[in-house]
Order: sequence, then structure tokens, then C-alpha cells
Amino acid sequence: MFSAYLLHLADNALILGHRNSEWTGHGPVLEQDIALSNIALDLIGQSRNLYQLAADQLNALSPDKKPVTEDDLAYLRDATAFKNVVLVEQPNGDWAQTILRQFYFSQFQLLQFGALLRSKEPGLAAISEKSIKEIRYHVKWSSEWVCRLGDGTAESHSRMLNALEALNPLIPELFTAADYELSSASGGQGVDPADLKGNWLKPVNQILETATLPLYIFENKKRSVLSGKNGFHSEHLGYILAEMQFLQRAYPGCTW
Amino acid sequence: MEKEKIISILEAVMDPEIPVLSIADLGILRDVEISGNDVIITVTPTYSGCPAMEVIRQEIRELLSKNGYPNVKINQVLSPAWTSEWMSASGREKLEAYGIAAPAINHSCTLDGSGTDRPDHCPLCRSRNIELISRFGSTSCKALYRCLDCLEPFDYFKCH
Repeated sequence: MFSAYLLHLADNALILGHRNSEWTGHGPVLEQDIALSNIALDLIGQSRNLYQLAADQLNALSPDKKPVTEDDLAYLRDATAFKNVVLVEQPNGDWAQTILRQFYFSQFQLLQFGALLRSKEPGLAAISEKSIKEIRYHVKWSSEWVCRLGDGTAESHSRMLNALEALNPLIPELFTAADYELSSASGGQGVDPADLKGNWLKPVNQILETATLPLYIFENKKRSVLSGKNGFHSEHLGYILAEMQFLQRAYPGCTW
Repeated sequence: MEKEKIISILEAVMDPEIPVLSIADLGILRDVEISGNDVIITVTPTYSGCPAMEVIRQEIRELLSKNGYPNVKINQVLSPAWTSEWMSASGREKLEAYGIAAPAINHSCTLDGSGTDRPDHCPLCRSRNIELISRFGSTSCKALYRCLDCLEPFDYFKCH
């Protein structure tokens, strides 16, 4: 179960990293193109560290099987085996939607990895210690952009409203624990995301308020049928994997 | 001593993205151990996704092999996480001479992010009249600033 938890953390970082990398060469201005590419690099770096740790755990569980590597985990699993939240696989949309997705996720990841600093698994605590310095920077950057767009022109404000409408329904999944999150939390290796809700809402709403945007409210609506954490993804993930995994599928074991 | 000799050989391994800084100047060379015929080098990345790490690993191997140490093991550690405070004083000077502002030395490198993370002055004309262009620069470890006196843009090695 703990290896599933590590895969979940790794998949979140890899898929969002990949989405951000789609902006490389297409950013609205050069500096921001570079910013998102750098954030993509941080996330993909984090995912590598997490996949390596997951591979170690999986190999320790099955010493008789051929060892898996970080590359097998990233490139040779199908969509239903991916455990990332649906939020991170959403298409980039416009700049506002990309910014809001990063803002919501980075605020969440900051708390999640903050709690994982105390993980009983030293490898995961070390990855958290490393990653959190990067995440803090992502939070700063995306918060500034939320304010700039929300409190910007009529056009940028209305685009942020559209982004809120598109992404807000995907937020409850972040805080709804999958079985592997609960078991890892009770074992002291992981964290129950439900415990992070209050600490997420406060800074998020502070920024939304500064940005003159509607605040986020947790509603007790019927739950979505989608649950990326459990492998039930939106249609978008398949397309990402088709692009990301093509080379390894077409030329197995290919390296450069 | 053998260990000092290896450390001095590794002085020639530069960060490929900032070629005036050695891995020791940067503080990413954490340890050198000798165990029988093996040399065990411990390094830590600056940023999780830093692409320079692969090149650095390769250079360590090549250089040591040329100097009579063919059996090299390279360990990567993540904790304690690298901080820009580990950059040596001579590294900071070389960085400035190269035109990159050195990272601030204050509380901003701590985990809670308090403190001011900005360059002290323009590395070209030393003016303190500077402004941020972008929080991100040409590599993960840099941000982009502009000097309002000499008007030149310059890189800042971020506090991390």
C-alpha cells in the first residue's frame, strides 16, 4: 500500500510537470515561458526521486521478480494504473487556467510535503525536505499571478472566473483520502489529506480575496465519479500518456 | 593523503551551467571516501530536476579515471537538502566576477522562507538600485534582475 502512495505522489508531480512543459516555447512572454519550464523541471525531478523510492520498495517486496526501474513506472503503466489527482491532468486551457491549477496544487503540495517531513520513511522525508524549498517558490510565483490576473483587467478577471468554474469541482478529490493514503497515514509514513483542508483553505482564500475573486467554499455536493487517485481518470490522461510514453512503447528500452 | 588528492582533482569539475564554479565551490560535493580500490563520492543536487547533475556525474568519473581511479561510485543524497549557504566564499566571488549576483545570506534560505531573497547589488556596477524581472531565470538556480542605474539585466543566484 505504501508503494501505491509513493506512486500517487510521483504521478501528481510527473503529470503536472508534463502539462507545464507543454508551455515551453509557447508562454505569453519569454520570462514566464522560462518560469513554467523551470517549475516543470522541479516537478519532474521530484517525480524521479519518488519513482526511484517506489521502485526500491516494490523490488524489496518482490525480490524474485525482475527489478523495476523509475523508467518502467513512468513509461510503462497504463492510465488506470496512474494515481494522480484529476486536477493535474486537466488541459492547460488559457494562461489563467494554467496559473490557477498550479496555485491550487502548489498550495496543497506545500502542506502535504510539509507533513511528510515527519514521515517514518526516511527516504520520503528526505524527498520532502528537498522538494519543499522548490514548492515554496512555486506558491509565491503562482500566488502573484492569481492576484495579477484576478485584480487585473476585465478580460483577465473574467478568464480567472472561467478557470475557477473549471477547476473548483476538482478540489474535493485532493482532500478525499484513498485507501493507500489512510493506511500510510496510520503507519506514520504518509498523511491523511483531510487533515490539511483548513490549512489549505486559509491562504488560498487570502490570495483569492486580494485578487478580488470569489472565495473557495467546500460544498457537500455529490461526489464526482472521477477519482484519479483510484485510477478513474478524465479522458485527458490517456492523451498525455500517448504522447509521453510513445517512444518507450514503440522502441522498448530505447535510451540516449 | 589520498582523500585530499582526490578532492583537489575534483576541483576541476565545474558546474556545466556556471563554468566558473567547481562542485566544491557550490557545496554539492558532500563527501569523498576510499574503500579498498573504490572511491565513493557523495553529491547532492541543487534542485530536484537539475539536468547538470548527469553531466557532473559523468565528469567526476572521467576525471578520476584519467587520474588513476577507475572504480568510482557516486552516491546521491537529498538530506540535508542543499542550500545556497553552502557556497564557498571564493565561489561567491567567482560568481560575481562572472556577472551573476551571489545569493543573499540571511534567513531566506530557511524552510519557512522568511527573510529577503534578493541580490544585494548589481554585479556589474555595484548599484543597489535594482528590480526583479522574473523569479525564474535561465536555470533552476537563477532569477532575473535588472539594474536601474547601468540598465543591464543580470542573473541572480537564488537563495535556496
